[in-house]
Amino acid sequence: MAASPEGVREIWPREITSETDTREQLRLEAAHRRRRGYDDLFIVDLDAHHFETESWNDLVEFIEDPILRHTALSYKRRPDSRLPPVLLHTNGGQFSQSAAGRIPHSSLSPGEAVDDPTVHRDVVPLRRSMDAMGIARMVIFPNALLQLGTHPDPNVEVNLAFAYMRLLTERILPGDPRLKTMAFLPFCDPTACERMVQTYADHPDVIGFMITSVRKHPVHHNAYMRLYGMLQEIGKPLAFHAGIDTQSGMMLQLDRFVSMHAVSFALSNMIHMTNWVMHGMGERFPRLNLVWIEAGLAYLPFLMQRLDNEYLMRQSEAPLLKRLPSSYIRDMYHCAQPMERTNMKLLEATFEAIDGENKVLFSSDWPHWDFDAPSVIMDLPFLSEQGKRNILGETARRLFRL
Amino acid sequence: MEVFVAALADLADRERRVIEVHGVEIGVFRLGDTVVAYRNRCPHQGGPVCQGRLMPKVEEPLAADGSALGLRFSEDVVHLVCPWHGYEFVLSSGEHPGAPDLRLRRYRTELRDGQVYVHV
Repeated sequence: MAASPEGVREIWPREITSETDTREQLRLEAAHRRRRGYDDLFIVDLDAHHFETESWNDLVEFIEDPILRHTALSYKRRPDSRLPPVLLHTNGGQFSQSAAGRIPHSSLSPGEAVDDPTVHRDVVPLRRSMDAMGIARMVIFPNALLQLGTHPDPNVEVNLAFAYMRLLTERILPGDPRLKTMAFLPFCDPTACERMVQTYADHPDVIGFMITSVRKHPVHHNAYMRLYGMLQEIGKPLAFHAGIDTQSGMMLQLDRFVSMHAVSFALSNMIHMTNWVMHGMGERFPRLNLVWIEAGLAYLPFLMQRLDNEYLMRQSEAPLLKRLPSSYIRDMYHCAQPMERTNMKLLEATFEAIDGENKVLFSSDWPHWDFDAPSVIMDLPFLSEQGKRNILGETARRLFRL
Repeated sequence: MEVFVAALADLADRERRVIEVHGVEIGVFRLGDTVVAYRNRCPHQGGPVCQGRLMPKVEEPLAADGSALGLRFSEDVVHLVCPWHGYEFVLSSGEHPGAPDLRLRRYRTELRDGQVYVHV
């Protein structure tokens, strides 16, 4: 552009790509927060991700099992590799998170330049995203490892879960005091889960424990009772992180990413929530707080009403319950993202059903394609000011003692 | 307020400039012999839509009996894709192809003596 008149300037870059700095990608969110006067908020992001496959060569060094470690090291990734790392069990055929490049921040191989050699590479984009979105605490999870629950070899899930936790707690979380995680429970092996709890129960940056929802292990199996008892005792919440399922049962019929994603994330959490409620887990472990991540909110009023309706006709099949199923779901905490808001009346009714001002938690899911910025909560027309502050951080501050 | 953007000859087809005019960000795009301008704010979550990719519209033609004949790129319709979440808008109209009520805020443009202007 030629010499510009006063008050006119050109914005760069003209086009955002996967190599664009996170601060530039989220620049408008920062401006929106300042304009709305929300700079003083304590914002907790309960779900963000880093691309651990970009740090795969660091991760495999932490694998405990010598045979698996040897296998992983034998196929050590070249820095420019675009192939999924060996040992991973990703969903072939449907992994177009970036919608074929239309949503560049969701590219599996971000090329953003980093400029701080004193911290692990993954810390820098996370730090930039926290700065841009005004986030005081960010809970980070992996990306491809969320599919580990489908791996045919339980030893792989156990070893990668522990290796990943070492990578996080020794190399990444120390890079910024705002970064936290919920420890990855290798749910295929109850004993290994208990070892994970023992290992990280007192770690200050591990604020809870997380089960990846896409798997075939029913949460009410007696093998897990000791685990839940331990979690209740230490007082750290248990989270379920929804995920992609392209390969089980009826899901095989959903051939487009948008269809599979819309159903899979809600369904994977609904299965566990249903078992948790109908098997009376809320009565067995009343002090264990549950957090449901990345399934949105719209599925909740459906499941609450559906379970109540059928429970009243078949109480004998759920004898441990002392209240309606929906009442137990209302006791739980729900991360809003991706918050469905094309029908504001339905969303408002959903918040009423789940005691949203006290039980909904903000999560961004950054840098995934369907992320929510904090402004989606700030702009909800039916919430009180205190409700917005609760959702964006105050409820999480109390629940996780932050 | 009329703001000079660029000489038309300096903008290739489907090339853009994104400018800020007294705090308002506007994307100006050349589309053939015309120029369109939209606010750089997606109606979905406020993302920088005018800094997104330009992609051909994806179409799914049908046979006479209703059978799907597969996906293909349009040869003449261009979409502007918001880089935050992938909302797509027809570049010539600013409308979402599946929800025409969802549209970008449009600004008037003017071509005069080979120069591109936008009215803010």
